[in-house]
Amino acid sequence: MNIVVCVKQVPDTWAEKRLSDSDKTVDREGVEGVMNELDEYAVEEALRIKEAGGDGTVTVLTMGPDKAVETIRKALSMGADQAVHVVDDALHGSDALATSNALAKALGTIEYDLVILGVESTDARMSVIPAMLAERTGAAQLTFARKVEVSGTTVKIERQTDTGYDVVEASTPAIVSVVEKINEPRYPSFKGIMAAKKKPLTTLTIADAGVDGGSVGLAGSGTEVAEFAARPPKQAGQIVKDEGDGGAKLAEFLASQKLV
Amino acid sequence: MHHAKIEGVDHRLSEEHEALRKSVESFAREVVAPQAEQADRSGEFPYDVIRQMGEMGLFGLPLPEQYGGMGGDFLALCLAIEELARIDSSVAITLEAAVGLGSMPVYRFGSEEQKQQWLPALCRGERLAAFGLTEPGGGSDAGNPRTRAVLDGDEWVINGTKAFITNSGTDITNLVTVLCRTGERADGRPELTSIMVPVPRDGFVASPKYDKVGWHASDTRELSFTDCRVPADNVLGARGRGYAQFLSTLDEGRVAIAALAVGLAQGCVDESVRYAKEREAFGNQIGKYQAVAFRIADMQTRAYVARCAYRDAASRMLAGEPFKREAAIAKLYSSTIAVDNARDATQVFGGYGFMNECAVARHWRDAKILEIGEGTSEIQRMLISRDLGL
Repeated sequence: MNIVVCVKQVPDTWAEKRLSDSDKTVDREGVEGVMNELDEYAVEEALRIKEAGGDGTVTVLTMGPDKAVETIRKALSMGADQAVHVVDDALHGSDALATSNALAKALGTIEYDLVILGVESTDARMSVIPAMLAERTGAAQLTFARKVEVSGTTVKIERQTDTGYDVVEASTPAIVSVVEKINEPRYPSFKGIMAAKKKPLTTLTIADAGVDGGSVGLAGSGTEVAEFAARPPKQAGQIVKDEGDGGAKLAEFLASQKLV
Repeated sequence: MHHAKIEGVDHRLSEEHEALRKSVESFAREVVAPQAEQADRSGEFPYDVIRQMGEMGLFGLPLPEQYGGMGGDFLALCLAIEELARIDSSVAITLEAAVGLGSMPVYRFGSEEQKQQWLPALCRGERLAAFGLTEPGGGSDAGNPRTRAVLDGDEWVINGTKAFITNSGTDITNLVTVLCRTGERADGRPELTSIMVPVPRDGFVASPKYDKVGWHASDTRELSFTDCRVPADNVLGARGRGYAQFLSTLDEGRVAIAALAVGLAQGCVDESVRYAKEREAFGNQIGKYQAVAFRIADMQTRAYVARCAYRDAASRMLAGEPFKREAAIAKLYSSTIAVDNARDATQVFGGYGFMNECAVARHWRDAKILEIGEGTSEIQRMLISRDLGL
């Protein structure tokens, strides 16, 4: 089974994130980049499927600036076999629609049965790329998987829902997005880190991937950040005085916040 | 980010070493940290963490792939030890002793057959090896052990006691190499030989764990040998080479312990910075007051300088150059500042720093042994001053 894992480099989870003033896109320069955490689960799941099946390759696919090669290296050091990096200045500012377009085109250059990716990235948190990729490639859409089973050309997942899970099944090719319940990602070993250096890494410009320049970047995006503001500072808490009805007041508050 | 290495003056890490450091840093934060306080309190050996470290290949870091290792070098091991010690010294010393004292002597001095037999499971962290050097009345006077091994036919018969032996009594310990007196040399000094004792074994008893001030979750025991018999060819390397082997093992070990001390010193900085930003007093974060901020600046300075010292010693070692003096300097300085940083971090935390549940209180208890183990600070000063011709 040949598997592609889409990974994204995002600003460090714990760093303060900013939008740049000039074009209102995420400022990726000033902060340390890390692999989107949910994508680590995707890499792990791809490696487990490959190891269980015993054959096939795991290809890492990423779209992002030169710096994103750090995230590719991490996936390779975890054990992926090869990588494709779509890097082009024209991609800067792409929204989900434009990104899915470029990724779908790049997927066209790779042979695959399965595409695995995290359900969302921690920077933009749109959660729509898996569905868009399924639409654009015509592959089956298996999202929010907390368990994946592969048998021949059949892929069965447990889809996480608010109340439990659904069992969903499809034939390959399929796009699978995973939640963090699915596994425990491995930590790169030194042997893996050394081996990663020697693994094939293909760099594609948008022209190489057959992407039309007008369909990506800020210009090719269907959405635009009109304005943004810093989160207002935390308000002082509300004090509930217990006059015999403290419990009821707390329950009311929680219900009003839709927490119960 | 990668950078151009500047030949001759540059101790910044290669891309691969930095990637390893980051990998262990994440592991320490995500896997080691959540269990550190509980393990410190219960004193239970952290088998689950050790198993996961084994899966990551940490126990095979400096060993070649043909014996199940990662094909890395001693610096890679030091980086792993440093990152673990930022969070939990018990876990860090378990790795240091397992590799530095357990596996490395087998790799350095063992026969091909011994290496094949022991190293793969040790590299996977599924088994632990220990080294018995120190004796109850020995300490710094390590060249004169009382533990004796006598050849009886095709077996060594070992009698004696070893003290403070790390990793010697866990459920997964399967080898204890013991420094024994096997005769007298022509010059009247004792002939010392390292003998490998597969454990468990008749005549070998590991006492209950010591009640230590720190390093609670590491396994440290007194060992007694009573007519303990092992095959004659369990000699590690050659008969009579025991002490020389040990001296070279200790030089390396000092660099590794220095890395551990730097990790602890940095862990004290990490905790102090976090707390100084969080805790408010007199209407401000306490980190806004120079009494606190400058103290933390000093702590970071010491950790940085100690790190430079151990990495310089490590780079000399890797280059095959003499590094005895640099190892002693790194060990002396880093253990001193580890104790300083632990004391200062406790001060930053105030009363909370005196609570055992607080990480810096654990660092404070874990720090003192660094001035004692793997050569006391006095021994390091002796080595440095001798090297200066004094």
